[in-house]
Amino acid sequence: MAQEERKFVYLDNAATTRMRPEVLEAMLPYFTEHYGNPSSLYEVGRDAKKAVELAREKVARAIGAEPSEIVFTGSGSEADNWAIKGVAQALEKKGRHIVTSAIEHHAVLHSVEALAKRGWEVTYVPVDDQGIVDPADVERAIRPDTVLVTIMMANNEIGTVQPVDEIGRICRAKGVWFHTDAVQAAGALPIDMKMLSVDLCSFSAHKIYGPKGVGALYIRKGVRLPVFIDGGGQERKRRAGTENVPGVVGFGRAFELAASEQPANAARLTEIRDAAIARIMGGIPHVRLNGHPTKRLPGNANFSFQFIEGESLLLLLDMYGFACSSGSACTSGSLDPSHVLLAIGLVHEIAHGSLRVTFGKENGLDDIEPLFEALVKVVDRLREMSPLYDEYLKAEGKK
Amino acid sequence: MYSEKVMDHFMHPRNMGEIENADAVGTVGNAKCGDIMRIFLKIENGIVVDAKFKTFGCGSAIATSSMATEMIIGKSIDEVLQLSNKAVAEALDGLPPQKMHCSLLAEQAVKAALKEYYEKHGLIDDSNRAIFAEAEDHEHDGE
Repeated sequence: MAQEERKFVYLDNAATTRMRPEVLEAMLPYFTEHYGNPSSLYEVGRDAKKAVELAREKVARAIGAEPSEIVFTGSGSEADNWAIKGVAQALEKKGRHIVTSAIEHHAVLHSVEALAKRGWEVTYVPVDDQGIVDPADVERAIRPDTVLVTIMMANNEIGTVQPVDEIGRICRAKGVWFHTDAVQAAGALPIDMKMLSVDLCSFSAHKIYGPKGVGALYIRKGVRLPVFIDGGGQERKRRAGTENVPGVVGFGRAFELAASEQPANAARLTEIRDAAIARIMGGIPHVRLNGHPTKRLPGNANFSFQFIEGESLLLLLDMYGFACSSGSACTSGSLDPSHVLLAIGLVHEIAHGSLRVTFGKENGLDDIEPLFEALVKVVDRLREMSPLYDEYLKAEGKK
Repeated sequence: MYSEKVMDHFMHPRNMGEIENADAVGTVGNAKCGDIMRIFLKIENGIVVDAKFKTFGCGSAIATSSMATEMIIGKSIDEVLQLSNKAVAEALDGLPPQKMHCSLLAEQAVKAALKEYYEKHGLIDDSNRAIFAEAEDHEHDGE
């Protein structure tokens, strides 16, 4: 294999992104120079406090919210947990029914499963074969005892963008709180809380070229959640613990940049994505595109290559210098392939052969041809090894 | 997460392919679970003179198929019948715990092939019946 000419191309921007230099620059003084505890009264403490509040304003402005509606968390997963378990606890007396979708992130699915074990009822609305939730299904699923609807803004695996505006309006009309996980949508889609009927929304910094270990939960004014972490008075006494000052500062800067660049970024990534899809679908036989052709995240492409398995595909692509991801069982740590791919109706063997390619800021149209060339080699090689491909060729009389 | 040996056998699989007119073929696993292994054997005078494989599966499934074929070539069929998944995994300098089933699949594929051969040649007796009964369970998984 041509390892000597190997160039590393990162195509897993849905997993995480490389932090931008502007973000790092903004963070650095808060590790050393402004090291104070934001709760302290003296100057280095006040500096840190100001920085946290400025970051909160930046995050709020990026999504059309008020700073008081933003709480910082340790991750997008924490924001999901807080929103779901918080609403369940707050409205326990009103009802114990939650509506979600079949393709949520595990931070949402496992949170509702944890509640289900404690007596809550959960309705999982299905998705169509392109991964889209029908708002009418959400409307039908809402009952008098429903306290929360949680449906993601855009899916992390197949990139499908959900009709959250319509779902939000339905929830609002029925008086049910609506949470949406916007971890993948941030920076990729326009998000304006003034326009959306969203009550709770989760974000993560490291998906938008910010630092790992920081997230945020938007809590609409009027929505009251129980205290998440008991202790000091941080985050208006809702989440105790000394703030991750450099992280929060980095998040504020990253979100500010992501929001201002969103339209241009989305247009550029859409062009790259569509060119990649056209090249791969047009040049490799027995491939399907998973998700919706247009209602998908600008940077997301997800394919299934028939007769081969995703982990071996990833390992070989890695040898050619391409970092991607897969929904195969062997990459999920269980025997089942991704719940998202099964929910859109893929049979197991097709789901096992999935490849997710997610483009980001550092990618360009010039990454497509090398990726395509590597894929042709890798897919051919694995098919040559595959007894399933043999059987297909024999059945077709080609062998 | 994989040892260098696993990566070596995955990247440069030994004995990948088919044997025309093989004396025995064994297929185990199923596409639903994400791995299918097919082993072809050429047997002369009770010795495995050649072995090849075709595998649909993850990196460790391919590596264990490769290693298993390498381990059995040149051995007598009675010796090959004693092949254990642990021996295959050890020869690869270990497998991650969640991948041990891949080595089991390699063992079962070899045994499924041998079973066909033993049956064809009337070699099944009390000394090996139990080994084949176990292999058969897995063979059915492959259907």
